[in-house]
Amino acid sequence: MEKKKYQSMVEKHTPKENTLFNCLISFFIGGFMGFLGQLLVDLYSYYLNIPTKEASTFMIITLVFIGCLFTALGFFDKWVNFAKCGLIIPITGFAHAMMSAALEYRKEGLVTGLGANMFKLAGSVIIFGVVSAYVFGLLRILIIGG
Amino acid sequence: MIYLNSILFCGIICVIGQIILDNTKLTPGHITTIFVVLGAFLDSFNIYDKFVLWAGGGALVPITSFGHLLIHGAMDTVNNFGVMGLFMGMFDLTSSGIVAAIIFSFILSFIFKPQD
Repeated sequence: MEKKKYQSMVEKHTPKENTLFNCLISFFIGGFMGFLGQLLVDLYSYYLNIPTKEASTFMIITLVFIGCLFTALGFFDKWVNFAKCGLIIPITGFAHAMMSAALEYRKEGLVTGLGANMFKLAGSVIIFGVVSAYVFGLLRILIIGG
Repeated sequence: MIYLNSILFCGIICVIGQIILDNTKLTPGHITTIFVVLGAFLDSFNIYDKFVLWAGGGALVPITSFGHLLIHGAMDTVNNFGVMGLFMGMFDLTSSGIVAAIIFSFILSFIFKPQD
């Protein structure tokens, strides 16, 4: 009985998220990130005279740098709180996760702090990406032969 | 036109993530992981390549492109070396993003202090 009461009280006081507003915000911020990506690809391939494939690699490096720098300067956290998935799903979210782990554990030492914990938040992306790519690659070899 | 496509594609991916985040108890870490696996799944049958052709940079910005590039690099070496190629080429295309993230966060963590 007590537990049920507590549950209902918790539910009453949990702040209600405005889903529609959140979706609109993340659509526009995410769309802006996509726009920025395409713009950077075009700028790089136009001014440096390189193929689109290399230009897109440059674009990813630039976005990772932007994410790392703004996280280190301290205001990317507020942006993520506001835009949520609009900034988490793009590659800047990956950079943000790495950078905040690195900043937080830097004071615990170089090897045991920074080195051991840098992938604390972003590691799951790499681990599950590699494992799933391996499994899907095996399936693809079995089904259509490479 | 490709700018409009990239806005649409990246925005829709972010909205899907936002809907999952709002309606379930999953954390942002879960959601990025789900999207990486989704990207790898979509590319294992060459569906994501069509998105990249359609939306250009907009399809390369979301984290789904990370899974796409992982399996893409692996499949390139599989064509030359068979099953062993799965182990050899997986990081060929993604290394830029991972190395950039490691180097920048390593250097910047020496310069800046964490802020509360």
